[in-house]
Amino acid sequence: MDSILSCFKDKVGEVVLPGDVFSLDLSDVENNTVKSEKIICGPGLRRNGDEILVSKSGILRHRSPNLYWIDSQQKRYVPAKGESVIGVVTAKSGDSFKVDVGGSELASLSYLAFEGATKRNRPNVQVGDLVYSQFAIANKDMEPELVCIDSCGRANGMGVFGADGLLFKVSLGLVRRLLSPQSEIIKDLEKLFPFEMVVGLNGRVWVKANGIQKTLIVANLLESCENMTPQQRQALFKRVAEGSL
Amino acid sequence: MRETPLSNCERLFLLKAIESKKRLDGRQTYDYRSIKISFGTDYGCCSVNLGKTRVLAQVSCELVPPKDSRPTEGIIFLNLELSPMASPAFQTNRQSELLVTLNRQLERCLRNSRCIDTESLCVVSGEKVWQIRVDVHVLNHDGNLMDAASIAAISALCHFKRPDVAIQGRDVTVFGPAERDPVPLSIYHMPVCVSFAFFQQGTYLLVDPCEKEELIMDGLLVMAMNKHREICSIQSSGGIMLLKEQVLRCSKIASVKVSEITELINKALENDRQARKEGGKFGFVESMPKERITALKREESLVEMTDVQETADQIISKAAAGHEVVPSPVIVATGTGQVGEGLQNTWGLDEEDEEEESGTKVEKRVEVISDSEEEDVVILD
Repeated sequence: MDSILSCFKDKVGEVVLPGDVFSLDLSDVENNTVKSEKIICGPGLRRNGDEILVSKSGILRHRSPNLYWIDSQQKRYVPAKGESVIGVVTAKSGDSFKVDVGGSELASLSYLAFEGATKRNRPNVQVGDLVYSQFAIANKDMEPELVCIDSCGRANGMGVFGADGLLFKVSLGLVRRLLSPQSEIIKDLEKLFPFEMVVGLNGRVWVKANGIQKTLIVANLLESCENMTPQQRQALFKRVAEGSL
Repeated sequence: MRETPLSNCERLFLLKAIESKKRLDGRQTYDYRSIKISFGTDYGCCSVNLGKTRVLAQVSCELVPPKDSRPTEGIIFLNLELSPMASPAFQTNRQSELLVTLNRQLERCLRNSRCIDTESLCVVSGEKVWQIRVDVHVLNHDGNLMDAASIAAISALCHFKRPDVAIQGRDVTVFGPAERDPVPLSIYHMPVCVSFAFFQQGTYLLVDPCEKEELIMDGLLVMAMNKHREICSIQSSGGIMLLKEQVLRCSKIASVKVSEITELINKALENDRQARKEGGKFGFVESMPKERITALKREESLVEMTDVQETADQIISKAAAGHEVVPSPVIVATGTGQVGEGLQNTWGLDEEDEEEESGTKVEKRVEVISDSEEEDVVILD
């Protein structure tokens, strides 16, 4: 084996299952025959001493220079620190709100975690409102906590939103595709008609267009993009463009 | 799992959409979602898909002593269960109001309408009668459980066949399915429930509400009718005030929908009957979408091929001359076929083993999926 990464290279683009093990021969490194390299394990991969274990089923992906992760399909969201999600406020309790983000527990969002909020100046949030916020704390041992400000104290687009518009749920894979920098789906959709969209990493998407019919069209198109190849999607969008406009 | 609460924004949007006569999935106000009825391999097992709502009904029977007040009538027992599999809102061991409402409505629809002839279920008056038990399980909740449950229950009852009995004096012999063909139930008519959801204090009406529409509705009107335009039961819940014209209009819409649904049920029953008669495959496996591999698949493995040709030649030269090529199996009657000339098979096996194998032998490309003898591999292709 010429490098530690070669065992990964074989499997990039292939389906791996939970329980698969990449055992790396580190004795070569100690003998200084092979250069030691840093491998960054993304979602789905976990290090266990000298081995790397696969914990999710999916396709192994690679981004140079040394980032590996598992691309898997799922709909159930697990809160992770730093991710921006759309939550629904379910209750006001004490000094914080209880927000449902689609995980196993309700997350708490403090009154003071909004831009310009002080003890006297409470934010204007009602039960049932939608909030776009980030996870400050999210691990399996503690209750997740959300904040609507970033580290500088600015709102940066987060907070309560969505007076009009429609909220619906899609799979996590589609959400990541929508949020990628050069998203094909967004580019195709933009050509149809103008609309506003908020995408939460917990699978929830909020859209608003000019009128109820257009909003419904955008929502249904996004939900159907799930399992389509790019050609099918472009054909569908073209049909819609001719039909509705 | 926790149930997602409905946000204000969704509620407002849905109400506005209903006011402009638009629904989330693009239906019209009086449109049903697509209904798919499929039957299992056992008699009396029926699964109904109403859009994404899925309901499974199973009918079974048992000989029991009759009720004291009605010694010559059989007993019909209906049971509907909501499992947490259907929706995060349902939790086990909690008698929710929805469950009680659904059960009561199903009983009123099927038992009080007397759609099944209970007198024919009597075997020995006062001592033994058939108890027909219908269990309805909700597999997925996407709105309008009542309609789906009633369609599933009545389809399962029409599909069900009970064992045949012979009475000699006080002795009752129950024949198994192998001895005598089972007998279908005698059903007078097929009542089907149709649900109407009302919004904004009765101003707007939707037929077949989906789950989100059910969460924001003000009231619900369920009408059970049969295709002869007889109303079997009406139930209005939610406390909205309905005008006489509204109820009459709903009944007219319901009669149209019920005749369509009854035709669907009859077609599904007819298809199933045809499939069973011709010996084709029937059951849930056949009604699921094809072109999906659900079996284990292994990568191609290398096979040692060095002297295959010589070994093959040797075997061929040593073997006896082959029999003449025979045509495809001759089907004598359903379930049995003959291969080979005359009554003699060409495989050199015993006669008894041939009964099952010679039935339907179809040319298929054989793919070795797994050598394990314990795994049950099903391929839908």
